[in-house]
Parts: sequence; C-alpha cells; structure tokens
Amino acid sequence: MSPRLLPYALILPVTLFLCVFFLYPFILVSQQAFGSADGWSLEHFRDVVSYWKFPISMQNTLLLAAAVVPVQLALSLLMATMVTRMQKGRDLVLYVWTIPLGISDLAAGIIWLAIFEQSGFLNSMMVGIGAIDSPMPFLSYQNPGIIFLAIALAEIWRATAIMLVILVAGIGLIPKEYYEAAEVFGASPWQRFLRVTLPLLRPSLQTALILRVVLAFEVFAVVVALGGSQFPVLMSEIYAYQFDLQNSGAAAALALIVLAISIVFTLVILRALRVPKGATI
Amino acid sequence: MRGDLQKDTNDMAEIQIKNVAKTFGAYQALHSIDLAIADQEFMVLLGASGCGKTTLLRIIAGLETASIGEVWIGGRRVDHLAPKDRGIAMVFQNYAVFPHLTVFENIGFGLRMAKMPNDEVKRRVERTASLMHIEQLLKRYSGELSGGQRQRVAVARALAMEPDVILMDEPLSNLDALLRLEMRAELKGVLAESKTTAIYVTHDQVEAMSLADRISVMHQGRIIQAASPIEVYRNPAAQFVAGFLGNPPMNFLRAEKAGDGKWNVAGETVDGPRGAEAPLQFAIRPEDMQIADQGLPAQVRLVEPLGAHLLVTCDVDGTMLRAVLDSDLSLKAGDHIKLAPQPDRVRWFDPETTKAVA
Repeated sequence: MSPRLLPYALILPVTLFLCVFFLYPFILVSQQAFGSADGWSLEHFRDVVSYWKFPISMQNTLLLAAAVVPVQLALSLLMATMVTRMQKGRDLVLYVWTIPLGISDLAAGIIWLAIFEQSGFLNSMMVGIGAIDSPMPFLSYQNPGIIFLAIALAEIWRATAIMLVILVAGIGLIPKEYYEAAEVFGASPWQRFLRVTLPLLRPSLQTALILRVVLAFEVFAVVVALGGSQFPVLMSEIYAYQFDLQNSGAAAALALIVLAISIVFTLVILRALRVPKGATI
Repeated sequence: MRGDLQKDTNDMAEIQIKNVAKTFGAYQALHSIDLAIADQEFMVLLGASGCGKTTLLRIIAGLETASIGEVWIGGRRVDHLAPKDRGIAMVFQNYAVFPHLTVFENIGFGLRMAKMPNDEVKRRVERTASLMHIEQLLKRYSGELSGGQRQRVAVARALAMEPDVILMDEPLSNLDALLRLEMRAELKGVLAESKTTAIYVTHDQVEAMSLADRISVMHQGRIIQAASPIEVYRNPAAQFVAGFLGNPPMNFLRAEKAGDGKWNVAGETVDGPRGAEAPLQFAIRPEDMQIADQGLPAQVRLVEPLGAHLLVTCDVDGTMLRAVLDSDLSLKAGDHIKLAPQPDRVRWFDPETTKAVA
C-alpha cells in the first residue's frame, strides 16, 4: 500500500467503530429529541425545561460539580506532588490510591451507603463509643445537607484518582532542571509549585479537568444509591423520563442539554488553560 | 554601558572548598576535595564524564549536599545555606529557560523572586539582554528561540542577578561547533567585563584551555592538578593529565636507567632525572619532536595530512607514538626515520605513582 494511504487505512477501523457506535446513536438521539408528531420541533425541550424537577436537578448537579471538582483538583495536585517526590514505594502508593477507580460507581455508592445508613458503620461506631444514644437517620429527607455531603464524599473518594493519574504523568514530563533553576534563582517550594509546576502542567490540567467536569455532569449511580429520590440530578431525570415515564423524546432532549453544558465547560477550560504558541515544554 | 555591570569591588568573592567529599550509597563520587578559587578568577573544572566535576559544582550551588566538608564563598560559610542565599547564579547544561515565560520574564525571574521593584527589574533585564545581544527577543517564548538564543537567555538570567559567583555546567555542549566557538569568545569577554568569579564545568579540553584562568583537572572524584592552562599542558602533574590534555595526547615510552641521570629510551640514551632508580615513563608531546639524524628510531605506520601539518603514527620499539611534523615532508608508511625530542619539553613520570618526576 502506498505510504500516503497507509495512515488513513490504519485509522479506518476506529473511525468505523466511532461512526457505528457513537455518531449513529447520536443522530438517532437527536432525531428523537427534535422529532414530534408533526415534524421538527422544540416541543421536548420546552417540556423538559418547564418541568418542576428541571431547575432543582440542574441546581443539584451544578452544586455537586462545584463542590466536588475543586476539592478533587486540589487533592489530586497534592497527591501527585507527594507521589512524584517519593523515592521508594511510589508505585505501591499509586496503586492503592487508584483502587477506587476499579470499582463501579454503583458499588462505590453502596459502599458509602453501608457507612451512612441507619444501621451502617458510622452509626454503629458512634453508638459504640457513646457519642450518640441511638442510630441517626443521616440520609433521610430531613437531612438534605448530610445527603449532599455523603454524595460529595463518595464522589471525591471514587473519582479523584482519575485526575491523579493524569497529573502524575504530566508532572513526570516536567524536566528536573526547571526546578533546580527556580531554586537557584530564589523560588521557595511553594513558589516553585505556583511558578513552575502549575503553568507547565496546563496541558495535563486541561485533560484532567475536562474529563472530571464532564463526568461530574453525568453523576448518577452514587447519587441514586445514597440520595434516591431525595436528590434529583440531570442523569437521574433522564433515567426517569426514559424508563419510568417512557418518554424517550424528553429523555433524548435532556441528554442533549447535558451534552451542550459539557461542551460549554470543555471550551471554557480549554480557553482558560491554553498554552500560548511557543510556550510548550 | 558595560561598565556599570561591574560589581562592588569591596565585595570579594573568593571560594574555598575544604575537604569536601560526597558518597551516593556505596559510590564515592568525590574524595576529599580541597580547592581555593580567587576573587574574579575563571576556574574550569575539566574531566571526563563521571569524574565528579558536576557533583562538585552542584555542591557549590547548593543543589547537592556534601557528605562532609565545607564550602566558603567570600569569607562566609555557605554549605548550610539555600542556593538563593549563597550569592550565586547558575547556567544549566540544557539552559532550563522556562518555556511558559517570555524571555523578559525568564531573565527577570530571579529579580522577581527577590521582590525587586518593577523599574529595577526592567533596567537590569534590558541591560543584560543588550549585553547578550538578545534585546529584540524579549517578548518571545523559548519555543520560538534557537539553541544559541536560549543559551544567551540562560547567561543573561544569571548575569541579571549580579551574583558574586556564576556557575556554569557544560553550558556550550548542546550548541553546534561554530556557535560554540562564537559563544565561547563572547562568554569570556562578558565574564571578564562583569568581574564575576566563575566556575565552569566542561569535558572539552579546548574550551577549558581557551576560557580558564586556571584549570582543575578531575579524575575519579579527585582533583589531579589545578594550575594555569599552559602549566597544565606543559607540566602535567600526573600521567593522567598528560594523556587527557592535548590532541593527540602526550606520548609515553618506557625508560630504563642507564647511569647517573642517563636513561635508555628505545635504545637511545637520554638525559633524565637523577634521583630515580626504577624504570620511568619518558613523555613527549607530538608537536615537540622533529626528524633529525640523531633520535628515537621509528618506523612510519600511518601518515595523516591535516593541512597545516602531518600527523604521523610510528612504531618506536613496539610502542605506537604520534608526531606532528612539517607538512612539506614526504613520508609514507614503512619509512624508517629518527625522531628527536626537544630536550626541554621532555617530561618524566613514575609508572608506580603515575606522578611527574623532576
């Protein structure tokens, strides 16, 4: 085969795969979202947006993302810096920290449910040490704050490692000489982090943040396990439209809204963390 | 313009390294180094890779901690101080010009860290940039610069600090040959002008000879000889130095005692040291021999015309010896010639201790 055609031949399988399993379903979903009895319309979008649960599920999703992602960013940066500095046992620590990645999000939700529910570990422990007299219903509708906190904790536990892995790889790409130069020219460890690590880590931060923010808008199983119907989010609403209400047009419309939000945030992150031409490592 | 780069002359920046040693695990990288470098001196640490020269430089910089020993700069003990408190600046082998900062911010990096006011930063950056001829590049990023331009930024960044001591770790080794020659001359001029004490690490003997006030030749974690370039070249203190410097290096022949102050070299009797008894190494530089009626009997094995002269490899009593001879000579492999060493250029080494014998 001619060398000019070879690259196209090599990307053909993955292109086909994406067309069949991504592009084609996407077109179907769009058709459902914009379709109606009499041709194209925005009817499903109007229905979805005007439903009383839409604002609250949107608010919950955004609040959760706003609470979880910054904490995860800070934590993963801290953990990545620590791992990078380690001389020995680095791989072991990295494996242990990434274990939650190997657990499905529903299983993770159930693990944290086992901690927070009325007969769970937390209650048994607190009763055991005499902090409270009888088990408390942490996750009941009377404690929306605790439900939010439990979901946020579970999400942080479950999904920080995905950012960690990306950032560890990114920090590994920064040549050591930059840190030595910064040190010789008077930068303190904190200044070296702010003035060398962070700016040189921008490409990895972009990837990690986009991945994490998009996943945060798709949060579902953990929320369902811990909050049930007490804490509606966008994804649980899509589920409800599709399976409880059997309204696949509305489900598709809401799915496209989530996609639009994800695209907007991706563009914002790309713009905010862009690296000027000529300023790459 | 250039004059104001001179630092305060009261501020003496002599360096003393006292009994410094460094071990990495079981590996002894430096053995008890003692070295004094005078204020404003240009000292080159010369040696093959792995000889410990970079480790020594990094210990002076504070990027590495000595296992034992002391480092003094300007009469102040600094080995317990952070690099920024030692009055040093450094030029790194791979330049370490920050890719995310413009040339201006790179040169001003240390000044910003020292919380210098903006107008002073601007003044110093512009001055050192014009000194290094990169004033037109101040707004660029390092990705838009050539290797030589990055090198200039790295030197300007160090000079902008107006340090007592400037440390350079093989700063020219990543440049191509022509650029290296140009930067070498420029570095020498700029550093002499700034009256800064300089320590320069290199494995390139030509670079060392051309830049240094003094060269410290290092080998296996020790300083073998610290002296002026011409002294190191003419009077090597040890056989290692003689063989390391010079291209081609010094020739060595075995010499047997043949009487008081007389030595037998390849069947010829040569005047030599009086004290020694055991066999010595007779040593002569390739350019210090010429063809004569009397001299070491040699059979030509290889003739390499180098334009200005001939590089002739001959067999002298079973040892290969190289001579740099006049290019007008017509020599060919197999010719029998006599090579007369210039008597005042002959050196002697003890094969046991490898040290020079007077």
